[in-house]
Amino acid sequence: MALMSRRQWLAAAVTVPAAGALVGWRAAVTANAEGIKGGYFPNVWLYTHEGRRVRFYDDLVRGKVVVVSFMYSKCRGVCPGITQNLARVQRLLEPSVGRDVFMYSISIKPDEDTPEVLGRYVAGLGIGPGWSFLTGAPDDIERIRRSLGAVDPDPAVDADKSQHIGMLRYGNERLERWAACPGGAKPEWIAQSIRWMTDEGASRHGTEAAL
Amino acid sequence: MGDTRKKAGTEPATQASERVLGRRDLVRLGLVAGAGSAGYLFSNRAFSAPGRGDVDDAEVRDCLLRGGVGQSGRGNAQSPQTTPFVEPLPIPPVKQPVASLTPAPQVDPLPGEGRTRPHQALTRFPPKKLYEIRQREARHRFHRDLPPSTVWGFDGIVPGPTFHARYGEPILVRNFNDLPQNHRGFGIPQVSTHLHNGHTPSESDGFPTDFFPFVVGGPQRFYDQHYPNVLAGFSRQYPPNGDPREAMSTLWYHDHRVDFTAPNVYKGLAGFYLLFNDKDTGDETTGFRLPSGPFDVPMMFADKLFDRDGQLFFDLFNFDGLLGDKFTVNGKIQPFFRVQPRRYRFRWLNGGPSRFYELFLTDPNDRRRAIPFTQISSDGNLLPSSITQTSVRLSVAQRADVVVDFSQFRPGTSLILENRLEQRNGRGPTGDILAAGQGDALLRFDVVQPGTPDRSLPPPYTFYEVNRPTRAELDAANVRIWEFERGNGQWQVNGEFFDGNEIRASIPEGASEIWVLRNRSGGWQHPIHIHFEELQILSRNGAPPPPNERGRNDVVRLGFNEEVRVFVRFRDFVGRYPMHCHNTIHEDHAMMIRFDVVRA
Repeated sequence: MALMSRRQWLAAAVTVPAAGALVGWRAAVTANAEGIKGGYFPNVWLYTHEGRRVRFYDDLVRGKVVVVSFMYSKCRGVCPGITQNLARVQRLLEPSVGRDVFMYSISIKPDEDTPEVLGRYVAGLGIGPGWSFLTGAPDDIERIRRSLGAVDPDPAVDADKSQHIGMLRYGNERLERWAACPGGAKPEWIAQSIRWMTDEGASRHGTEAAL
Repeated sequence: MGDTRKKAGTEPATQASERVLGRRDLVRLGLVAGAGSAGYLFSNRAFSAPGRGDVDDAEVRDCLLRGGVGQSGRGNAQSPQTTPFVEPLPIPPVKQPVASLTPAPQVDPLPGEGRTRPHQALTRFPPKKLYEIRQREARHRFHRDLPPSTVWGFDGIVPGPTFHARYGEPILVRNFNDLPQNHRGFGIPQVSTHLHNGHTPSESDGFPTDFFPFVVGGPQRFYDQHYPNVLAGFSRQYPPNGDPREAMSTLWYHDHRVDFTAPNVYKGLAGFYLLFNDKDTGDETTGFRLPSGPFDVPMMFADKLFDRDGQLFFDLFNFDGLLGDKFTVNGKIQPFFRVQPRRYRFRWLNGGPSRFYELFLTDPNDRRRAIPFTQISSDGNLLPSSITQTSVRLSVAQRADVVVDFSQFRPGTSLILENRLEQRNGRGPTGDILAAGQGDALLRFDVVQPGTPDRSLPPPYTFYEVNRPTRAELDAANVRIWEFERGNGQWQVNGEFFDGNEIRASIPEGASEIWVLRNRSGGWQHPIHIHFEELQILSRNGAPPPPNERGRNDVVRLGFNEEVRVFVRFRDFVGRYPMHCHNTIHEDHAMMIRFDVVRA
């Protein structure tokens, strides 16, 4: 898909239908596997920094080991540090990223972070494949943010984007196994936590990496 | 615990709520039940605090995700209905030793063992009893009105079996991980069992990254945990057997796998570990003569959620703390317990994951009556002397042993064990005490006819002195400040994030320290647990601690913006240990530090 102008982007973003009504989502939440998928991973359309249109659940999460962070390109708060950390995590996990582990950074300011803006942002980072920056319709982004729990219980804090969550959600979708760790943690620790989610890492002892 | 100031502040709300109760409310609360009913106040409702108007999105989300009203009482879904007080309180069986283990325990890790470090005290404290325990998946019925749920239990039961241990009798527990490795859903089949409050060598303490998986055909299948059951101070100040004032009584064991402790414990991986000695003997005719045997009853409180299919539900993506709307005691929702009109010792444990409790005894027919009981321990450590209370507060992982004398009640009387601490979300309680009958009914005591003669002694009791720090010890103590903060939804301690490989404090074995624990996280409360050694509270917000915090503790309740100074001696063993918040959701989100005790 060709890159869009900001104007085209805004038009596209608002015309994307809200996939799955909230009622359906709630009804689906149970402890069983279908409930977990339906409740936590709204299958909304998103756009990658490369301009690809993808489904959040079907294309990005289903059957994969993933790590998800939230960011926006103009963030001068926690984002630069976390993005830098994740770039090191990606290198530490080589060659797994893009093969066994997938990294996603979702913009919480989709109105200003068009795919093109994210593309330029990514170009400056020098990151490898297997890590997508994502944007989409604001309502859809909001649903993902809420369903992943990236919401501050204080409404004032939650409304302030500069205080947005720095926790990384990581897990293994096939095993419905999910956890989180701070994006500000040391890259080695983040990488280790993610590695424990992979098939190879699941058979390892917790202290193997300990020094 | 027993904060009268806060109680006094809630009286107007109490009266208001009682004024506006209509018949419909009364029916809902069970007050106007069918003819011939005992008319208990309590339904199985989640909560009924008055004056709820505010709604915030995060709570609504939580509410929806749970498929339940949780505490808020205003959602349109909740755990399925269950009838209160229809099943008896289960008492976990006492764990029995085995004659031998093959291969025999040894200092260095055995082939196939998950342990990575040698036992540091196995030779000095050779085990007199050997145990084998298996973490297994099982089906467990939390209530007769619900279908069985999949749980994980030590020996496949929830709670796990109760260990009866004795000072001077070291034991070794071979812990097999038999959990299903292809498991899907909440919980991770990798375990590191922690004996909470134990004076335990690091390699047996269940450090969060000491977990081991069980791989079919692979090497790691079990982990030998050595519990010396020795009094602290044995190596230097009080050789060879330790300081008698350091005796502990009510411990518990639970999984501690990093980032997954909340789901694993919620799924059932927890049990009691009781320590006896020649004073707290387990026999009511000897020593302190506390109620014993069938009259010494552990109770593990854990609030749970169930989905619309009646299956145990855990919100995987909650960051704040999880509240359940079903209250289990020893794995049963709202059981009843038949008691003889005599003294009982109850060992109350808040098994988490996030709720705080303030426990009261409520007479449904006379709600305004304050029913006293005797608190004998804090965090399972007998107090210097017993304290008469009408309530006791427990944050997550805290314990209180109490003696309740039911001889003051006629057979046929029923009492409700009620949590009256208001808590609306996982961040911590509001601090308000709800009116009697407005809280969470945990269990019903039914007083029956006399049976076994009561040979225990009546209170008051005097137990162990506290080995208070001397002036010289205080002067020599290194002071460390630990500030618990939250920024961008991430927990920080002194501005840094948890890393299981990073040593945040190195303490020479034999040293004593003063730790200043500060809650700078705003609208959050945290039960801070320090592994390995007990702590003494020197001051709470600059003032002397209340009487029931003047003993020894292993959890410090940090209220909103509080600062607590504690004194800790680091004795006898070395290695890595954590300090962490025991709201297990916070704990799993990295509210933790690692400290190492190093050879001096």
